[in-house]
Amino acid sequence: MSDWARVQLHVVTGKGGTGKSTVASALALALAHRGRNVLLCEVEGRQGIARMFDVDPLPYQERRLTTGLPDADGGKGVVHALHIDAESALLEYLSMYYRLGRAGRALDRFGVIEFATTIAPGVRDVLLSGKVYEAVQRNSRNKGAIEYDAVVLDAPPTGRITQFLNVGGEVGGLAKVGPVKTQSDTMMKLFQSPQTAVHLVTLLEEMPVQETIDGIAELRAAKLRVGGVVVNMVRSRDLSADDLAAARAGTLDRGRIEAGIRAAGIDVTPALVDGLVHEAREHAERRALEDRLSEVVGTLGVPTYELPRMSGGVDLGALYELAALLRGQGMA
Amino acid sequence: MARRTTEHQTRVGPTSPSARRADPLDVDALLADRRTNIIVCCGSGGVGKTTSAAALALRAAEQGRKVVVLTIDPARRLAQSMGIEALDNTPRPVSGVAGPGSLDAMMLDMKRTFDEVVESQASPEKAKQILANPFYIALSSSFAGTQEYMAMEKLGQLHREHVVGAAGGRPRGSKDAATYDLIVVDTPPSRSALDFLDAPERLSSFLDGRFVRLMLAPARGPAKLMSAGFSLITNALTKILGAQFLKDLQMFVSALDTVFGGFRQRAQQTYSLLQARGTAFLVVAAPEPDALREAAYFVERLSEDGMPLAGLIVNRASPAPESALAAEEALAGAGRLDSDGEGALASGLLRLHADQVRLVERERGLRERFAAAHPQVPTAVVPALAGDVHDLEGLRRIGDLLAEASRTTG
Repeated sequence: MSDWARVQLHVVTGKGGTGKSTVASALALALAHRGRNVLLCEVEGRQGIARMFDVDPLPYQERRLTTGLPDADGGKGVVHALHIDAESALLEYLSMYYRLGRAGRALDRFGVIEFATTIAPGVRDVLLSGKVYEAVQRNSRNKGAIEYDAVVLDAPPTGRITQFLNVGGEVGGLAKVGPVKTQSDTMMKLFQSPQTAVHLVTLLEEMPVQETIDGIAELRAAKLRVGGVVVNMVRSRDLSADDLAAARAGTLDRGRIEAGIRAAGIDVTPALVDGLVHEAREHAERRALEDRLSEVVGTLGVPTYELPRMSGGVDLGALYELAALLRGQGMA
Repeated sequence: MARRTTEHQTRVGPTSPSARRADPLDVDALLADRRTNIIVCCGSGGVGKTTSAAALALRAAEQGRKVVVLTIDPARRLAQSMGIEALDNTPRPVSGVAGPGSLDAMMLDMKRTFDEVVESQASPEKAKQILANPFYIALSSSFAGTQEYMAMEKLGQLHREHVVGAAGGRPRGSKDAATYDLIVVDTPPSRSALDFLDAPERLSSFLDGRFVRLMLAPARGPAKLMSAGFSLITNALTKILGAQFLKDLQMFVSALDTVFGGFRQRAQQTYSLLQARGTAFLVVAAPEPDALREAAYFVERLSEDGMPLAGLIVNRASPAPESALAAEEALAGAGRLDSDGEGALASGLLRLHADQVRLVERERGLRERFAAAHPQVPTAVVPALAGDVHDLEGLRRIGDLLAEASRTTG
């Protein structure tokens, strides 16, 4: 059973370099089973989804991307993808809600669209999150569109996420009345409801953990729904706690190592043993830091999920492996 | 007549010797060169850019330079150790610097920098009007891209006011002759970190844009300038956003009109300052596909704009394994051992080793690919430290590793 069964919008954020796009993609794969339709969106203009899944750059149009991770009975769902850019979102919004016709074209001609999406403050974020909202709460204006069981957003980084989702505050100061004000209020209602979960991706390093702590506090202050913390690129747990302590203290039993290596059918040389002991020590030091930070993450009071470091890099196959791990831990 | 080709056969494909590679990045030579007076560190987020900038600044100071480091968003403990946790937009001396030079540090206050620009360009009355406008408030505190502009604005300011030789001899407005002879800048962690390169052009196209000119029309001339098309727009905007929105916007645009001329001029000055020979750009990356792709983008963009690129710093490289045992052999050996009983330790060590070898090979492959595409870029590879850096001692260590990298990596 998923921890987030009621959630329709999964927002995945994280400090730069923590692998939030990887986690968002794996989560989408994990959610798409038993005929469920999942939409994976990106808003940063990086075409990260296309690269990750090795497809052509995505347009402003929902595209079938791949089949999801099958469940135990082989029931698969479908992952769709959408690349959202502010300019297209504004034009779509205007035609969907106002049937602007001549005026819409005039807006374009007078450079208002460009103005609004590059210079006018906050408008950009509202347009991007507005399209995400539309994909979650499909309405009758968008005829024939797929109704998704879940939407996963590869969101802006932790430092910007609260501002990005806090559209009420952003627009509220500028448009005090009118339809835009009403619409941003409705969007806020969704982002603050139990149908939304903002997941934070972190590494077990000081700065990303600190940003996660700060990010959670900011999200809560804005009454946005905090989801889980995904701890990414966790080091392998190949050594026992006793051996790790001995490796740190420099007291690993060389005799035991030599016997083991011999039993493994590998030639024992002093240089090999020295090398392995040295590597064990570095690993043990990092693991000690990771364990300490892991405890910190444990005190945040939100569900946590762990993904291993993939020493060979993340390719399409690895994404499915990560998806299986997330599902196994109850994230999807 | 058939020519013998065996002697000078050129190999093609991945194993062919590449075009001449640049020498490794020599950080100490860069810092020691008195002509270098600006170093800009750029790169994507999470690659240790701030730490690199601070480490370079400290190293330069301890080698005798008078340095100021401008950071954007340092980790709290690093900021504390440098004495800049209070965000007051003024350089503060860092204590604990060993050696003949000096180091000041400051954290950029984006909104305050913007406010100061407005205040310096507009009459007090007009400035007050602008500072209170809701559009201005949103623009100066939250708009993505403002940070990049403001980082460059602050750089230009520091250079004008505190660096000798800038703008005709003595610096203006400073207490002593030359407060600094080197400015190290850390740029915001985003792809748009290079947006400042477009700043002059974007400001121009903004000011000359039809929409802005139309918004200004009522303030400048008779109402008949307002075309039928424009009233169509204003009606549409009023319908969508409310009348107050349009009024605020109009006020904002016309008020800023007076300020923007000076603003544009300064952006242009900073742009040419960056192109000058005293400036050195360092692109910072981590050995990850995304970070190196961004680094390639930065390298290309900088060379397109004629910006002086000094080199690439690859941070957080996995340390090379100590023993030469191949990954496959280690894994095969581990497979032959019982992973619970007596063999657990050796099996664990062999698995660890295999993992490490793979990681290092993958990182090397990524770097090679970058170097193949950009052979002219001097590179320094800095091994990852076990913990984070949050004191001067840690920064010194990074500085040493950076300098060592120039002697060991090629």
